[in-house]
Amino acid sequence: MKRIKSIKKLETILKENLEGKVSKAVYEKLREKLIGIYKEHGLYEEELQAIIEETIRRYDISQVEPGEPVGTVAAQSLGEPSTQMTLRTFHYAGVREFNITLGLPRLIEIVDARKKPSTAIMEIYLDDEHKYSEEKAKEIARKIETTTIENIAKEIIVNPFEGAIIVLDPEMLMDKGVTPETVIKVLEKLKLGKVYQDEEDPNTIRIDLKPEKADYTKIERIRVKISKAKVKGIKGINKVIIQERGDEYILVAEGSNLAEVMKIPGVDYRRVYTNNIAEIEEVLGIEAARSAIIREVINVLEDQGLDVDVRHVMLLADMMTWTGKVKQVGRMGIAGEKTGVLARAAFEMTVQKLAEAAVSGEEDPLVGVTENVIVGQPVPVGTGIVEIYMTPYKPYGRGEEE
Amino acid sequence: MSKKQPNILEHELVPKHEILSPEEALEVLKKLNIKPYQLPWISINDPVVKAIGARPGDIIRIIRKSPTAGETIAYRYVAVDTVKPKKKGA
Repeated sequence: MKRIKSIKKLETILKENLEGKVSKAVYEKLREKLIGIYKEHGLYEEELQAIIEETIRRYDISQVEPGEPVGTVAAQSLGEPSTQMTLRTFHYAGVREFNITLGLPRLIEIVDARKKPSTAIMEIYLDDEHKYSEEKAKEIARKIETTTIENIAKEIIVNPFEGAIIVLDPEMLMDKGVTPETVIKVLEKLKLGKVYQDEEDPNTIRIDLKPEKADYTKIERIRVKISKAKVKGIKGINKVIIQERGDEYILVAEGSNLAEVMKIPGVDYRRVYTNNIAEIEEVLGIEAARSAIIREVINVLEDQGLDVDVRHVMLLADMMTWTGKVKQVGRMGIAGEKTGVLARAAFEMTVQKLAEAAVSGEEDPLVGVTENVIVGQPVPVGTGIVEIYMTPYKPYGRGEEE
Repeated sequence: MSKKQPNILEHELVPKHEILSPEEALEVLKKLNIKPYQLPWISINDPVVKAIGARPGDIIRIIRKSPTAGETIAYRYVAVDTVKPKKKGA
């Protein structure tokens, strides 16, 4: 028996015999463990060889075999736990102010590839300069959060004789970091008439309505127009909350606008996250959408205390992003794009699908599982995937050689 | 607000994308014994494809971080958007 003399020797043996034969994660884990054992007890070369061989053997056993119906297994592994999920929408743990869709409704949303989640939420991380100070985090929060006139006004009065009077709340002005001058600029853009500050009170703004606008029938519309006018912020983001996570401050925003938020200076655009998968696909591409689907599904499952292997979720995400666009799992997506006519008809809208196929003269090569079940043939799955081709007689002209 | 466009390739959700040279692409197809259209696709309008300057017909190698395997390699075939993707290419 030969003792291994140094960690370096151990690593070279490991590298020669194991690298490339198992996945990187397994390799790294084994390397760490072996170094630990080596430091404590020492190792013999033969021992190491035996460990490596056993690792490779078990790794090979654990891999999926050809013909294994991974899709069916994934579907069942995701479907069964989802029956145990509560149908209620829960409150977002930790943030009282938000009410977020979780559980089964959210899972359905992801799998259906909806364009907009029912409750969009963004997690905005800040760069080194801003993430350690609450003050600076707030500064950015103000930039992002949409502020309308309604948010900063105490009163909005519109009548045909006096025009519009907007009384601003000085406390809110301070909080949001807005001055009456910016409000005037915003109001001028609405083109309602002459906008000016009241002489006595700087926080009161008056608008002299144009004569054609000073009409009783239009007053309510004007009032809404004024109150909804955006003073600052990013479109689509309604409320921003500062949260402490670990040693840094992050912003959690209700609503989502990934492209615009990434452009804000002070935001760590590498880590900005939204739960709107369609938006991620548009801004960051299909591979990012794949990662986001995995992350979202795992989040939902973990939140409900369900333990599903990531591999099933990864397969789901792979299938959903196969065509380069996020496709739903349903009649418009994965199930609707199956090649076989019978497989599509077996899922939903049987008569329509069969009629469509008949009209366009489609053929079914009977290669899938469903088709063969319908026809009553062996299913190409597991051992059924193997076929034997044999030559019952010797090919012409080649008989003598063999 | 600055006009500087952030680099999406640096985002944590975006794995590394590489365009394969024709020789590499051929090798991959031979190893997997498939035709290009049988690979998963990536749209020519995908922001990452635009950022790395891939062209239709290219094959992109994607090095993903995987929670189970550490790192996995996937390939995608750059395809032009069609209304309903059906078989195309050779």
